[in-house]
Order: sequence, then structure tokens, then C-alpha cells
Amino acid sequence: MSQVTEYSKKVMDHFSNPRNVGEIEDAAGVGTVGNAKCGDIMRMYLDIDENQVVREAKFKTFGCGAAIATSSMATELVKGKTVQEALEVTNKAVMEALDGLPPVKVHCSLLAEQAIHAALWDYAEKNGIKIEGLKPPVNDIDETEEFYEMQGE
Amino acid sequence: MSKYIYMDNAATTRVTQEVFDAMEPYFCEQFGNPSSAYEFSGKIAEKVAEARASIGKAIGASEKEIYFTGGGSESDNWAIKGVADALREKGNHIITTEIEHHAVLHTCEFLEKRGFEITYLPVDDKGLVNVEDLKKAIRPTTILISVMFANNEIGTVEPIKEIGRIAHEHGIYFHTDAVQAFGHLPIDVNEMNIDLMSASGHKINGPKGIGLLYIRKGIKITNLIHGGAQESGKRAGTTNAAGIIGFAKATELAVRDMEETRAYESRLRDKLIAGVTAEIPYTRVNGDLTNRLSNNVNFCFRFIEGESLLIMLDQKGICASSGSACTSGSLDPSHVLLAIGLPHEIAHGSLRLTLSKDTTEEDIDYVVESLKQIVERLRMMSPLYEDFVKKNKEASA
Repeated sequence: MSQVTEYSKKVMDHFSNPRNVGEIEDAAGVGTVGNAKCGDIMRMYLDIDENQVVREAKFKTFGCGAAIATSSMATELVKGKTVQEALEVTNKAVMEALDGLPPVKVHCSLLAEQAIHAALWDYAEKNGIKIEGLKPPVNDIDETEEFYEMQGE
Repeated sequence: MSKYIYMDNAATTRVTQEVFDAMEPYFCEQFGNPSSAYEFSGKIAEKVAEARASIGKAIGASEKEIYFTGGGSESDNWAIKGVADALREKGNHIITTEIEHHAVLHTCEFLEKRGFEITYLPVDDKGLVNVEDLKKAIRPTTILISVMFANNEIGTVEPIKEIGRIAHEHGIYFHTDAVQAFGHLPIDVNEMNIDLMSASGHKINGPKGIGLLYIRKGIKITNLIHGGAQESGKRAGTTNAAGIIGFAKATELAVRDMEETRAYESRLRDKLIAGVTAEIPYTRVNGDLTNRLSNNVNFCFRFIEGESLLIMLDQKGICASSGSACTSGSLDPSHVLLAIGLPHEIAHGSLRLTLSKDTTEEDIDYVVESLKQIVERLRMMSPLYEDFVKKNKEASA
């Protein structure tokens, strides 16, 4: 199975030229989701102003082509939206904006949705506010450090 | 040859011109069915017989012990299911390893569901089977030991002769999946105590769709493919004359050039390993550096994922493969990398590059340089790398 032939042009574009890669220092909200075991981890940084509008969004992702492309698209979709609107950026919206994903990669778009939610949750926690319909994120797993400590690296 | 730098020779190889030329007459001109009675076909049957004898000779076997199949997977299926069925009265226990090809593993799982008991031997961190573990696993009901000759992902070459000796001491049949080793390493089925051996044409610059199962004379095995009386009544299906003749030519050339090819590939392999480990930090070389196929290189690049890496290599015209889950269609990364003790996350960042005699010094330089850029780029995108850098800063502060 060739990854390249299964991905849409948009997915390949967002993979090859990802938008908004990076970090935001002192971000209003940061969310990390995913699981090292499954091979996808996304971290999303949101800069949110006093009117609860997402001014800037950045990401870092460990994962496959689809994981990088969905992260990139998710940051594009939440920019300029209010937190309430950002919460409504679903995995389906991310997928549609990318002209679809191969069936085995649908979970990547779910991860992108979860990353937005986790960053919003962090923002809400920090500011002591409640965002209607937002659930707490699930923590990820990391078994790597232990392995390298064992190897003496 | 083309605009691609092909470094996936463990997946398949180029059919060389000599092999293609040997096969060509058997498509449009000498197309007859070798089993037919007339002279037109008889001439083809003679060529097939010559091919069979020539391949047999290459591994120290008689032509009567070579059975052609549709490929390596069929040979593995036949060896395991065939012996399991034939020796069912004697026992129901089979020993294999955790790092076998899926053609062996999934066949064993199939048998497990039908009342067989399978021991999957672990391997060490280099991918080597421990013969002491093997001895301990043997039971009175053990009917077959199946251990691959060389691993397709990390290139580790197993102690086949020793394993075969132990099997024979206990009166147990020994099968080896030699798909990655046949034509690449010297093999003598008698000296190495092999009873059944799978091999494939397309891994040695031969055609796809042709393989063989070596079956030592006297070994009890049930047929897998039922039908006509081809292959001495053991494997039905119209004889693939062109495939067999191509396979034999490829074998002849591989054996003839073996030493030279191995020396050449080893030199480039070691150059690639040295270049990558010098240029890219946090890189791990998987497999055994001594007992290794001459064309296999397997790396894990920490903090990055394999599929992204493959696509970026593809964009630079480099064909490679990975043990990442995303490239296997499942959620788990390669069972081989997990078996040598790698955590999932590290296994996801694996890259296999398999060379050939067509690989050049310039190819190696280009791949090293490309990998350096790509890994750096992916690490800049990786939250794992970000955390690692921050942690190191804190530690040194």
C-alpha cells in the first residue's frame, strides 16, 4: 500500500508544507494528546485574547503523514474562531477540509479534534472558566525514557 | 536505471537482463504445457528439469527434493501445515520464533486454532535465537522446528546449523524460511541439517510468483495444493516454466557472484551505517552487526515516526520501508522490533534500507544527506523532541 497514492492532494500539501508548526511561549492553552504506543502524539498551542478569540495556533506532532496534515489543518481551522466555535471544529470538519483521509487514518483526525479540546481545556483551567460541552483530555503514555535509562543513554 | 534510488531489495529486486532473456522464449514461443505428451512441450519439460537440478545443486540437494511453488509464502504454508497434518498422530507441538515472517507466524496461529500448540521462542536484543531456549522448549510431542535463516527486517542471521543439529538429535523435523538468505548466503542443506527450506525467486533478481520448497527425501508431508500430478504429485498447478527457468538463472548468477556481491554490499552497508550514525544523533542500529545479511540496514531515529520519514524519502526519490504501524496497516509497529525489546514509540521510528549490487557510493552519500535533512525537519515538528531538549536544558541548568 502506498501512502502517497492514498492521500489526497490537500493532505500531501499540508504534510509537505505544514502550516503553523512551532510553539507559542506562554500560550493561553496547551494540549498534548495521543499515545506514543500507537505512534501519534499531537501538541497544540493556542493564543487566545480577552474576547476569547483564538489569535494564533501552533502545533508539534509526532506521527504519520496524516497526523501531521490533520494537525496543520486543525490549527488553520481554529484560528480566528471563538473558543466556543473552536470547540465545534470536529474531526469530520478537519477531514472534509483535507478532502478526506484513507479509512485507517481517520483516527488521526480524531486526535486533531482531541488536541484542540485539550488546549481549550488547559485554557479554561488556567482562567477558571467553564466552556460548555468540553470534557477533560486523556493523558498519554510514555515508555521511552525508561528504555533509554535502561540502556544507559 | 531510473530516477529512483531503490533501497528496498528485501521487499523485491529487479529482474536482471540475463534472467529476463532466459525466460523470454517461454512466453510467446515455447508456451507449451510441460506436462503435455508431444515433443513441443517435451523440450520445455527438459529445460524445467535442468533448472530443477541446477537449483538443487546450489544447496546440495537432489533434483527430486526441489518442489516449485507460487512463492515464499506458499512454501512456508506448505512446510508447516503439511508436516502438522502428516505428523498429527505423533504430536501437536511446533516450535518457531517471535521474529518469523507473517507467512510462518500466521500459519502457526491458524494451526493453534485447530488444536496445535506453538512455542514462539524469544530472541535477544540483536534478534538472535538462544539455542538453550530451544532445547528447553522441546517436548515429546514436538513435531517441527521452524526458524528463519535470516530476518527480513533487521537482517540477523540465525544459528541454523546448530538449530538443525538440535532438531535432529531429538528426531524433530527442521524447516527454515530462507527467503532472505537463499542466493545471498552459502547454504548446504546437508551440512546445515535442514529438512525443509522455503525460498523465493524475486528476492534474488528473479521473477515474482515462483518459489520453492526443499523437502528432504523421506520427510512426511501432506500436500497443500490439490489437483494435477505436477511436482511429482506433491504440488498441483500447471508448471510455471518461464518462472522456474528464470528462478534457476537467477540462482546460478547469485551463487556465481555471491562472494563478490557480499563484499561489495557489506562495504556500502557499513558506509551507510557509519555515515548515518555520525551525522544523525539519537540513532540506533537494529540487529546484529556481525551475523547480518550483507545488504540490510535498519535504523531507529528517536522522536520521529516512520511513515512521515518514508514519504519524505519518497519525495527525494528514495525507496525504503519502515516497521511503523502506519505502514503495516495495524496499530502495532513491527513484531520484530518489539521482539528485540524496543518500546513501541522507538519501533515506530524505524527505517529499513536494503541495498543491492546496483547501489552506488553516490547513492549512499545522497541517502545519508537526505536522511540528515529529513530527520532534522521531522524532529523540529516533534513534541517528543521538544520535551527532550527542554529536559536536557533543565538538567544542565
